[in-house]
Order: sequence, then C-alpha cells, then structure tokens
Amino acid sequence: MILGRVIGEIHGTIKHRFYEGKRLLVIEKDNGDYLIAADSVGAGADERVLVLDEGNGARQVFDSKDGPVRSVVVGVVDDVYTD
Amino acid sequence: MLLGRVIGQVVPCVITPGLRGVPLLILQPLDKKLQPKGSALVAADATRMAGVGELVSYEGGREAALALDETFVPVDHAIIAIVDGVNITA
Repeated sequence: MILGRVIGEIHGTIKHRFYEGKRLLVIEKDNGDYLIAADSVGAGADERVLVLDEGNGARQVFDSKDGPVRSVVVGVVDDVYTD
Repeated sequence: MLLGRVIGQVVPCVITPGLRGVPLLILQPLDKKLQPKGSALVAADATRMAGVGELVSYEGGREAALALDETFVPVDHAIIAIVDGVNITA
C-alpha cells in the first residue's frame, strides 16, 4: 500500500459500469506523481490517505470478481510515526 | 488509473482475433496538471464512445483486459471513463 494525499476528484458520466456511484479521487503520491483511486472510506479533500494499489486486493474491497479497478483508498490517516 | 488525452485512432487492416472490433485510440498520458507527460500509447476504448480531443481515464495491465466486455481481450491499456471534469482542490 502507499501513502498519499487527496488533491482532487474527477467526474464522468460515461464510464465502465463498475464505477457507477463510486467517487474517483486524485491522489498525490509522496514522490509528486499522482494516481486516480476509487474511494471506499469517504475520504475528503486534502486528507492523507492509505491507498491499496493492486487489482486483486482492490476487487476484494469492493467484493467484485471482475471490476477493472487497481487503486482504492482504504484508509484516512491521522498520524504517521517513523524513526 | 491515470489521465490521458485522445489524440488519434488506429485502424488495423490485420489484427489478432481477440482484438477484432475493439476500438483502438491513441492516448497522450497527462500529469496531474493535465500537461502531456511521457510517450503516447494505444488503448482499447472500453466505453466505445471516446473521441479525439477528449480527456479520459485509463487503466493498465490486467484491469485493462477486465474492462472490456468479454474479459481477457489481449490489451494492456483500456479507457475506463470519459472525464467531464477534474477539480484539483489542494
């Protein structure tokens, strides 16, 4: 999993049926790159989040056997402790 | 999933059977400021509705194959959504 920050959201009416009703968040990674992740925990703008970035796990989060999803926000982070 | 801009289309005269009838669009990957980044690639259009100039989101790897109707069409990138709006707040 990776840590990131919610920097925005994307909207689209024409999309794969799996994404109906799901929020698509723009996540900025610590290295400055970004990715778009489906939200599963109601993360808000500017929050630090935990992103699961692998398809099998992502499908498990949404209980879907064939959804085209790889990145999912699975947590909102309060604090990070590192030595 | 990442953002891309449709900049063209590929019309094959010979194509492997698994890709027959699959619309193939040329995408320019974009960064978070919607500026071109990296080299263009060819993606299958799972929405079947994306046109040149449109902003789209696309997925790679196994998720790309899963995005197409009968799964496991041999593709490595697929357009998942046509993006109407990107609001970057932070």
